[in-house]
Amino acid sequence: MSSQENPEENLPSEQESAHGAVAVADEADPFADPGLPPHEHRVQDIDEQAARRSERTVALLFTISMLATVAFIASFVAFPVDKSVYIWPIGHISALNFSLGMTLGIALFCIGAGAVHWARTLMSDVEVADDRHPIEAEPEVKAKVMADFAAGAKESQLGRRKLIRNTMFGALAMVPLSGVVLLRDLGPLPEDKLRHTLWSKGKLLVNMNTNEPLRPSDVQVGSLTFAKPEGLEEHDHDFQTQIAKAALMIVRIQPDNIKDKRELEWSHEGVVAYSKICTHVGCPISLYEQQTHHALCPCHQSTFDLSDGARVIFGPAGHALPQLKIGVNEEGYLEAHGDFDEPVGPAFWERG
Amino acid sequence: MKKLSARRRHPLAAVVVLLLALAATGGLYAAFAPADKAQADETAQSLAIDEGKKLYAVGCSSCHGTGGQGSSDGPSLVGVGAAAVDFQVGTGRMPLQQQGAQAPKKKVIYSQAQIDQLAAYIASLGAGPNIPTEKQVSPEGADIAKGGELFRTNCAQCHNFTGEGGALTHGKYAPSLEGVSPKHIYEAMQTGPQNMPSFPDTTMPEKAKKDIIAYLDAVNGEKTESPGGLKLGGLGPVSEGLFAWIFGLGALIAVAVWVAARTAKAKKS
Repeated sequence: MSSQENPEENLPSEQESAHGAVAVADEADPFADPGLPPHEHRVQDIDEQAARRSERTVALLFTISMLATVAFIASFVAFPVDKSVYIWPIGHISALNFSLGMTLGIALFCIGAGAVHWARTLMSDVEVADDRHPIEAEPEVKAKVMADFAAGAKESQLGRRKLIRNTMFGALAMVPLSGVVLLRDLGPLPEDKLRHTLWSKGKLLVNMNTNEPLRPSDVQVGSLTFAKPEGLEEHDHDFQTQIAKAALMIVRIQPDNIKDKRELEWSHEGVVAYSKICTHVGCPISLYEQQTHHALCPCHQSTFDLSDGARVIFGPAGHALPQLKIGVNEEGYLEAHGDFDEPVGPAFWERG
Repeated sequence: MKKLSARRRHPLAAVVVLLLALAATGGLYAAFAPADKAQADETAQSLAIDEGKKLYAVGCSSCHGTGGQGSSDGPSLVGVGAAAVDFQVGTGRMPLQQQGAQAPKKKVIYSQAQIDQLAAYIASLGAGPNIPTEKQVSPEGADIAKGGELFRTNCAQCHNFTGEGGALTHGKYAPSLEGVSPKHIYEAMQTGPQNMPSFPDTTMPEKAKKDIIAYLDAVNGEKTESPGGLKLGGLGPVSEGLFAWIFGLGALIAVAVWVAARTAKAKKS
């Protein structure tokens, strides 16, 4: 830095030693390499007192780090997990969290700060230039390698015994197949799992809150209910896999306000059941506005109009939410009239 | 007067006149505002409906119609029930100050006695949910863990995981549930105010509502303590990540620049 700001330092009269000798441009060589600027000493290189001060500073930082580690262990032992303290400006905070974080932070910071201070003030800072080797080998070395290779090839009889050569190539080519075959264990193909859910004809719609089957009279205009298929219980091993596809959002809209003809046909007295899985990337979508009948996805703001076939009215979703055709059975409970007629959730390559 | 007229061409004269005009309009409005004038006496319970009707005629009928039948400016109130009135008026959302995307929570204008009278009148128009009793809304003895599950299934999509609230479409929003009384939470679930869907007893029984209230009291109540200190809005990884990127990385860069900017050489340049 200094050599660029103070060009005078580069003049021959300023040079102290052979190190950093600066070539001077003359007529014979107008673009001579200026070389390294002269080395400058630090206070600690000249003044032994200053060097000792630096040593003490570094040692102090390392000592603080040790003490902080001791404090970390002590606070781990001392503070109960639910003790809360008030610390300005953070407010109320768990005493354990705060003390563990602070002491560990101080311990690590002081090691780093000590190391930086040590390197900057005491470790040698004399500039060292290390010229790059030529990449190319000497001609004699190259000739010897080629000769050795030719001799080795001749001695191995690789060129003469073609049977050995061909079978060896075959063996080497076959070996990677083992690795390729193991990729099969990455998992079975989804097959038609993306196209089907647990819903089928006659399955009751079960309220997620009460675990009881729903009746049409339970669902009021303006209310929002989440339903799962009958028989799927939360402790089932595949509950998450199945509910991720089968989750339903049930709302009731005055039949006069339903604009889509098929939606009205597939509903029961205005009770409509839509998939809760967004058709964009599959977030659970249930931000239902009861006055506008819009359902908003919290991930990317896709908005669906539940009174118009769950058509996309805003956002990146590509398909309307799939609707489940529902009706009532003889006992008056809401039941499905089959599975969804299209895959639920985000589009995939073969969806069509 | 001469002094005043001499300054009528002052550059700020227009501003002063405008401010005076605004103050006069505002003052007159405050003096004649319907809500303030509608003073109802303490009356016997049997007269509550009559009193409520008077209050309604002054404060609500301009939008909701003279018989609660609704108009282009406000929905019908037939069948919304006393709980809806207690929630809307008791949180200051009604009477509405101005039409907009959503009626915000504001200062409550009516006394609880007046709200009860209004509620009695609206309840007389058509059957609807009643104002819950103290016992119905009390979080005592409720299952907080179950309430958390129910909250995450039914409420968290709009109100966020601990009831911090969030944005909806076209300027609408789900408000924060911090500091909302158990009664008002219960009434909101029961009646579905504005664009919030309702969660009637048929799909979410009384017990479940109590559990939810207890959960909110535990995670977002007056005595709730955040073990992590700064909550950063309680919005989850977005605000926390932003904080770490800006302040955490910013501090690291600042330290690195500070270390490198100071020369260790004896001869300062």
